[in-house]
Amino acid sequence: MPKFNPSLLRGAALAVLMLGSSAASAETVLRIAMTAADIPRTLGQPDQGFEGNRFTGLTMYDALTMWDLSSSDEASTLIPGLATEWAVDPQDNTRWTFTLREGVTFHDGSPFNAEAVVWNVEKVLNEDAPHFDASQVGVTASRMPTLRSAEALDEYTVVLVTSEPDSFLPINLTNLFMASPAHWQSIYDALPEGEARAAQAWERFAADASGTGPWKMDAFVPRERLELVRNEEYWNADRVPGVERMVLLPMPEANARTAALLSGQVDWIEAPAPDSIPQIEARGFVIEATEQPHIWPWQFSRLEGSPWNDINVRKAANLCIDREGLRDGLLGGLMVPATGFVEEGHPWRGNPEFQITYDPDEARRLMEESGFSATNRLRVKTQTSASGSGQMQPLPMNEYMQQALAECYFDVELDVIEWNTLFTNWRLGADAPTANGAHATNVTAATMDPFFAMVRFLHSEMAPPVSNNWGYINEPLFDELADRARTAFEPEARDAALAELHQAAVDEASFLFVAHDVGPRALAPKIKGFVQPQSWFVDFSPITIEE
Amino acid sequence: MISYVLKRLVYVVPIVFFVALVCFLLVHIAPGDPLVSILPPDASVALQEQLRTAYGFDRPLPVQFGLWIMKALGGDLGTSIATGRPVLTEVMRAVGNTLLLAGVAAFLGFLAGVALGLLAGYFRDTWVDRLATGLAIAGVSVPHYWLGMVLVIVFSVQLGWLPAVGAGSGSWRFTWDHIQYLVLPAATMAVIPMGIVTRTVRALVGDILNQDFVEALRAKGLGEGRIFAHVIKNAAPTAIAVMGLQLGYLMGGSILIETVFSWPGTGFLLNSAIFQRDLPLLQGTILVLALFFVFLNLLVDVAQAAIDPRIKRS
Repeated sequence: MPKFNPSLLRGAALAVLMLGSSAASAETVLRIAMTAADIPRTLGQPDQGFEGNRFTGLTMYDALTMWDLSSSDEASTLIPGLATEWAVDPQDNTRWTFTLREGVTFHDGSPFNAEAVVWNVEKVLNEDAPHFDASQVGVTASRMPTLRSAEALDEYTVVLVTSEPDSFLPINLTNLFMASPAHWQSIYDALPEGEARAAQAWERFAADASGTGPWKMDAFVPRERLELVRNEEYWNADRVPGVERMVLLPMPEANARTAALLSGQVDWIEAPAPDSIPQIEARGFVIEATEQPHIWPWQFSRLEGSPWNDINVRKAANLCIDREGLRDGLLGGLMVPATGFVEEGHPWRGNPEFQITYDPDEARRLMEESGFSATNRLRVKTQTSASGSGQMQPLPMNEYMQQALAECYFDVELDVIEWNTLFTNWRLGADAPTANGAHATNVTAATMDPFFAMVRFLHSEMAPPVSNNWGYINEPLFDELADRARTAFEPEARDAALAELHQAAVDEASFLFVAHDVGPRALAPKIKGFVQPQSWFVDFSPITIEE
Repeated sequence: MISYVLKRLVYVVPIVFFVALVCFLLVHIAPGDPLVSILPPDASVALQEQLRTAYGFDRPLPVQFGLWIMKALGGDLGTSIATGRPVLTEVMRAVGNTLLLAGVAAFLGFLAGVALGLLAGYFRDTWVDRLATGLAIAGVSVPHYWLGMVLVIVFSVQLGWLPAVGAGSGSWRFTWDHIQYLVLPAATMAVIPMGIVTRTVRALVGDILNQDFVEALRAKGLGEGRIFAHVIKNAAPTAIAVMGLQLGYLMGGSILIETVFSWPGTGFLLNSAIFQRDLPLLQGTILVLALFFVFLNLLVDVAQAAIDPRIKRS
């Protein structure tokens, strides 16, 4: 019988303890592959569209108002952020008073207060401010087009002033992220005098960011990786992140992202290629996909002579597309058929009379009523791109449309151009030479807020060069309803006006509505607590990792 | 030798100027708006004009080119529209990564190419020759991004031996943690120079072995080892020239491989600069790559001349 050896037992116990303590102290890390080719800008106002806001905006920074991202079943709504409440001045609808949350500090320890809000408004609106940064104007100012100035009433009260009554302001402010004035100033003061001093300060601030968000910057290698650690002192104890470190990696190529996920190099990938989904699922990964506020449409030209000026033609095109077939076949389930800018259950949906379904017989009847037939076909030309942010699978999807519309007496010509050129042409309008005589354009769009979702497309004053009414829609009813929504300061009244606007837009078949994206992402099974909201954004705070 | 190098340096000046002009014009001729990546869709005309003026895009092209080249001579390649960071910093970081990748790939490719080429040349029309030639043809013919994907599927996805993408944690160190990121992209890239060098060396060795001086050396009773040294010396200038050009191509032509492997080098940078239509970044990257190519050629010429005095005399 072997002899009892106490030192052996002590050693074994120590080893077990060490193993236990090392397991307990092992840092939990969430590694995410983004579709972006670069880390979105980290200085407070991210680039790369809403993917930028998702990863380097809402993580390190907060805004006065925020989206509720806690539900996958209901549309995201506006909730208090760094402002606890807000109200428009009943005497002067261009003045809004925001009450700020007390006791919030930036990552550098400086306090968040009304002066900080004024400073952050001035960074993009006041050209004379020392910290004004032209490079942040583009991604900010036009997302809050009526905001003009800010003034501090006291330490925790700030007044924001708009150029005209605009009930969309609180929604627009979700895009204005609060950076730390004290941290920027300390960087600025350390730089030598010179013309580019402010720009240099912003560049350095981007490499050593300071906001009030639930995540703090820890390491940043431009174009390679951004490492964030959880902010233990975050003002909302319920949203202190469950994971200790988050690593963000730019991977623009879908196959590279898939390989990184399957090889265990990352835990989460954005937008897997549709044809890789079965393999990803077969390996035990979880696919998350929920309808996004997004529209994949054909936007019609309504210039004189355009075939789309005939409502029968517009309705026929909408009835000729088998959207379920597109979803289940070409896109592997990764889309939601679109029958408007928003779908059933959304507060802005309304009750359109025109039901957008797949009814090719009715489509042909409408076309025949307008004088078209199998022998007298209608030629239409559409501009699109081969790729692009949010464009989903533009070429195969458009070829599908081409084939479907051929059944309803349409001969579709596709004018495929480079994405940025298409995007630029969008702003130039259907009458610009760059439209190449196209009768429609296929640019996808975010539809999170009323301005982005509808007003910019439907209001006659939003025609080029002002905004994105590419086809010069000019319907007095649309203008009236959009104005009513914009000047309705009660949420219910505003939603009612928007619902009427949406109903009118669908009844007029103002767009060829095709698809909504579902924001697909693939997650390792060890990721727990994730909620895929009906939003472009995500809350990383509730996520935990269970090995 | 010094006067030869100086003469070659003088030739470089107009070439670099011409390259800079062409790359500037090509980038500007392409359709689209350079500011579109930072302008939101509904940006006002006033805002567009403000930013256009800030970046100097409102000036006539010759003025823009003049200002750009003057600043470039002073080491200032401007500021990236998309990131606000200095272009030079962006490009040099990427150049470092690509140089590492291209250098390792070129080294591996050159070693394998010379070895296979010598074998094929010495054993012409045997199975050794056929095997080496087959590998060389495969090396230059196979779509390299496809080969990269296959290697990723096998070694990363299936076997889990190597990381699929990226370059590691950022600051490069020669530890296995970092080197493992280099293996697959370097191996993928190495097949290009391997194929070309194999074909070149095979042809050279065949020619040299048929020349009279080899017969003369044999007649003098020299051993095969000494003759091999003569063959190597005669083949070296051409092999070096080919390899130098290949290194240049690898520096500039790695865009697909770097994209497949998300390797943060110049190819990856070019890809995102094109995608974002970031003109200052695009121009700066192309210019730096062109300069690399030109100076690499110069280096190759000098190295050839040093090895083979006939070149210097000609």
